[in-house]
Amino acid sequence: MSEIAPEAVAEQVTPSTPDATAEVGRARLRTEDARLITGRTTWTDNIQLPGLLHVAFLRSPISHARITRIDAEDARRRPGVIAVVTGADLAGEQGSLPCAWPVTEDMVLPDHPPVAVDEVRYVGEPVAAVVARDRYAAVDALEAIDIDYEPLPAVVDMERAIEEGTGLVHADKGTNTSYTWVFEAGEPDAAFRDAPVVIERRYVQQRLIPTAMEPRAVVCSAVGDEYTLWSATQIPHILRLMLATVTGIPEHRLRVIAPDVGGGFGSKLQVYGEEVVCLLLARRLGRPVKWTESRSEGNMAVHHGRDQIQRLSLAADRDGRIRGLKVDLLADMGAYLMLVTPGIPLLGAFMFNGIYKMDAYSFRCTGVFTNKTPTDAYRGAGRPEATFGIERMMDELAAELGLDPLEVRRRNWIAHEEFPYDTISGLTYDSGNYEAATEKAMRLFDYDKLRAEQADRRDRGDPVQLGIGVSTFTEMCGLAPSRVLGSLSYGAGGWEHASVRVLPSGKVEVVTGSSAHGQGHETAWAQIAADRLGVPFEDVRVLHGDTSVSPKGMDTYGSRSLAVGGVALYNACDKVVDKARRMAAHLLEADEGDLEFSGGSFSVKGVPGQARTLQEVALAAFAAHDLPEGFEPSLDSEATHDPENFSFPHGTHLCAVEVDTETGFVKIRSYVAVDDVGKVVNPLIVEGQVHGGLAQGIAQALYEEAVYDADGNLTTTTMADYLVPSAADLPTFTTDRTETPATTNPLGVKGVGEAGTIASTPAVVNAIVDALRPYGVDDVPMPCTPERVWRALRAAQSGQAPPGGSPEPGAGGGLGSAGGAA
Amino acid sequence: MIPAPFDYVRPSTLNDAVTALREADEEGKVLAGGQSLMPLLRLRLAYPEVLIDVSGLPELRGVRDDGDSIVVGAMATHYEVMRDPLVQAHAPLLAAATSTVADPAVRHRGTFGGSLAHADPAGDLPAVVLTMDGLFVTSAREIPARDFFADYLTSALEPDEILLGVRLPKTYTGWGFHYEKFHRTAQAWAVVGVACLVRRTDGEIAHARIGLTNMGSTPVRAYAVETAVADGPASREAFQSAARDAPDGTNPPSDLHGSAEYRRHLAQVLTARALATAAGV
Ligand SMILES: Cc1cc2nc3c(=O)[nH]c(=O)nc-3n(C[C@H](O)[C@H](O)[C@H](O)COP(=O)(O)OP(=O)(O)OC[C@H]3O[C@@H](n4cnc5c(N)ncnc54)[C@H](O)[C@@H]3O)c2cc1C
Repeated sequence: MSEIAPEAVAEQVTPSTPDATAEVGRARLRTEDARLITGRTTWTDNIQLPGLLHVAFLRSPISHARITRIDAEDARRRPGVIAVVTGADLAGEQGSLPCAWPVTEDMVLPDHPPVAVDEVRYVGEPVAAVVARDRYAAVDALEAIDIDYEPLPAVVDMERAIEEGTGLVHADKGTNTSYTWVFEAGEPDAAFRDAPVVIERRYVQQRLIPTAMEPRAVVCSAVGDEYTLWSATQIPHILRLMLATVTGIPEHRLRVIAPDVGGGFGSKLQVYGEEVVCLLLARRLGRPVKWTESRSEGNMAVHHGRDQIQRLSLAADRDGRIRGLKVDLLADMGAYLMLVTPGIPLLGAFMFNGIYKMDAYSFRCTGVFTNKTPTDAYRGAGRPEATFGIERMMDELAAELGLDPLEVRRRNWIAHEEFPYDTISGLTYDSGNYEAATEKAMRLFDYDKLRAEQADRRDRGDPVQLGIGVSTFTEMCGLAPSRVLGSLSYGAGGWEHASVRVLPSGKVEVVTGSSAHGQGHETAWAQIAADRLGVPFEDVRVLHGDTSVSPKGMDTYGSRSLAVGGVALYNACDKVVDKARRMAAHLLEADEGDLEFSGGSFSVKGVPGQARTLQEVALAAFAAHDLPEGFEPSLDSEATHDPENFSFPHGTHLCAVEVDTETGFVKIRSYVAVDDVGKVVNPLIVEGQVHGGLAQGIAQALYEEAVYDADGNLTTTTMADYLVPSAADLPTFTTDRTETPATTNPLGVKGVGEAGTIASTPAVVNAIVDALRPYGVDDVPMPCTPERVWRALRAAQSGQAPPGGSPEPGAGGGLGSAGGAA
Repeated sequence: MIPAPFDYVRPSTLNDAVTALREADEEGKVLAGGQSLMPLLRLRLAYPEVLIDVSGLPELRGVRDDGDSIVVGAMATHYEVMRDPLVQAHAPLLAAATSTVADPAVRHRGTFGGSLAHADPAGDLPAVVLTMDGLFVTSAREIPARDFFADYLTSALEPDEILLGVRLPKTYTGWGFHYEKFHRTAQAWAVVGVACLVRRTDGEIAHARIGLTNMGSTPVRAYAVETAVADGPASREAFQSAARDAPDGTNPPSDLHGSAEYRRHLAQVLTARALATAAGV
């Protein structure tokens, strides 16, 4: 297997060694970290305002019920309580939470009041809000609100939900199906007809709970008819527009601030009911209010991720060449469509073909309502699900044909000389080199040696078996070309904005519309500006996240910050230099064409000593005593960048697991990730993103699952039951890169925010199945808990199908046992 | 995650503490490290009117040598217990099990006595103390370990009774020991745990004592296995065969981390492994 790619190919794509004086490419420590890590900063919950009141939400304890009576009188009389509002109290002003992605013309879009009015549809849905002088009084008063519920049938299972005669989540809609979206290319039926090999599988992408380190929090103040809303959000700009639309407060009277935000992973790419309610309460009471959620509250009420049932069929020739792929998805929307809920699984439509060539492809996705927390974007959003599907299928194909999983991939992947390549799903991959990344990963992993060890353990009948998992992934990110978003009926564009201000002292302020929430923009953006302008890194300050400071932006999600926002900054810097060149030429009494700009200074070619620094030029422009004809006295510039294409990071991830066949316990023995994210601005930040991404993707494979019981109660409300792995559970990752620059942007960059998560889940599950294949196991449902691995082994040995789904939840365990009894 | 209102007192004598509990008339709760009690309060699964913090009582502190036993104070933190020389010499099984509890932050706050009084069958220490025949010393009496764990999260302690510490006999000094904990993540509770002590003579097992964690509403002894291995060979085969009886008489829970059926299976596998490690084979 080691001959997969010639060394020569790898050498072309070895990461460039940065020039020692350049900022871009330098592994700088993140300047924002000291304040973020110590917490001495403006997390939303740290904000104090004079007269601040505190909000607490009462949430539905039942998954589906009619509200027949609410008595809040006792709560209103409790000490410290200022107001109690129910859905009925807010009915005239709370509007309906927005869904910005009507994926089909006939999509069923139910009303979604921020506070339920007469029916609740998931456990955790807000039914009332208390405002009190302190948080304790607010929470205590929740217990004094008396509500009568008349239970309705709970719709929990997606496959049951779409059967005739099942209860309805939204009775007035007459169906639990929100939409069906289809895509077809080539001739799928022809590809499957007489295909020598057809593989059919059903995979479940379990529901996940995004677990940002900082829970959600909102502060809102009203002064006259001017409103300021602080929120732990990824999307201050979109939120402002949406809040204005929902509440009728004019957009120009509303300022939204995302101060320091402690992670989101998509969960803060949302317009939440709590944000609307805080705004309405501040307006009603004329006083500032604050709400901060608790972790267990958030587990129920932050939108969830994934939750799909995938039915996949792959047709191939005997030599392993793929003829066609058919994808049929059920995607759980939860009880309502939130900001981009229906579109998330469709992002996968373009990714199920992965890095492979094929003749035909069909994709069909049905969005289904259930009485569960709504789903929406979660790190990778649609692409991890698709990548899992195709990468699992490639391993199944290899097993069917008796080929090495890497060999089967090599026979199908796009060769490096074939780029740019138009894929079967209609995208154009601009660049990539799968051979080089794979060759490097195999070398770092010591692939052949591990295969030998695997064979040895099999021969010896070792109770601990070794498995090797492969994931040769790509993804589309850097969302996105506005015209593509438009063609997908998405409600907005995908451009990003940046502006650069050169202050009279020569210091630089960079304003970006891309709203960071922990990724390190303040460092990376300063590196880009420092290089482009030739100023010291320390002289650049990056501002973001406040609609008054950075009025234009499309915010952060879909690994778009650098590939879109970073490019906007690059372009804005160039405009600054263009203006400065004109000014410098004037000061130097030279022709613009004779000036050279380097190291932050303009000089006249061939005339040593004749130079002006950017700082000198900026001061002269500010003084404005002597300007070129028609020159405005400023170097400040701005740029809006709308990408012409997505970016397509890719990579090869290899995972070795040890599976204890007696207990079912899986231990990751080694993990190699070779990613190609194009040019890199800060390798340390890239590595951090990869590490975190791997942890989250591995978590889906092994640990995390939002579990609902048959009545629609979420049983994983605490972190004792929803298992998020820590460093102690993960191996030391081996990360490396190859570098094929993106050809669609001047920085040559691709996104990196989601790559690790997208790639790693199938690598781990493939490794587990690889370890157990000699026992007759060809799948283990996720998360691959020890019990599920053990059951899969037992079922294979006794010839039964392994039971899918989760073990029956019961009492005990959990919080030690705090969840069980008092 | 905000508890209902409660009062807080921190008495400095045992007498005052017991009086405070009596006055609270069953509405009081002893507060030790708070690592189990505070989550219950914050989830509003418990509503005590007053918390009596026992961290100021000298009787509950430290570990001391008392002739043919050692006494581990109720307020000794997990961190102290793990590192204590007396515990390491005479109860290394306890030190080993304690080092698997939670994470460093919890081990610095959580206490030995709190873990036992909480009587959580998923806790690691109850099975150890049961296996070692500990004697619970309280403000009112002494209670043998087999009578202490009454039910799920229920001990034999009366509402006005304070646990001072546990007397652990030196009988097992020098025995082979092992605590085999099976958990899904490093910080998670045991799905099943096995505490094991063995005494070997000439390649044979003279005695074995085995306690199981999370195999019922209280920690349980695996008597059938103890009997089966006694006076038998110290070999993996012998242990595996004897360990088949490990689930006898247990009533394990079914929850998110494992069904009862799976726990019974684990008890067999883990008991054999614990015996092998304790016996050094
Ligand atoms: C994240 C996390 C993970 C954990 N993981 C584990 C684990 O893996 N294994 C494990 O065994 N434990 C685990 N624990 C629990 C931990 O060991 C606790 O410290 C222990 O359960 C309780 O000790 P405490 O001192 O905190 O007691 P507290 O929480 O203060 O009290 C617990 C109970 O005991 C009573 N009590 C305490 N002291 C006395 C006394 N002297 N007399 C009478 N009654 C008393 C209290 O009234 C209360 O009912 C974990 C805890 C957390 C928070």
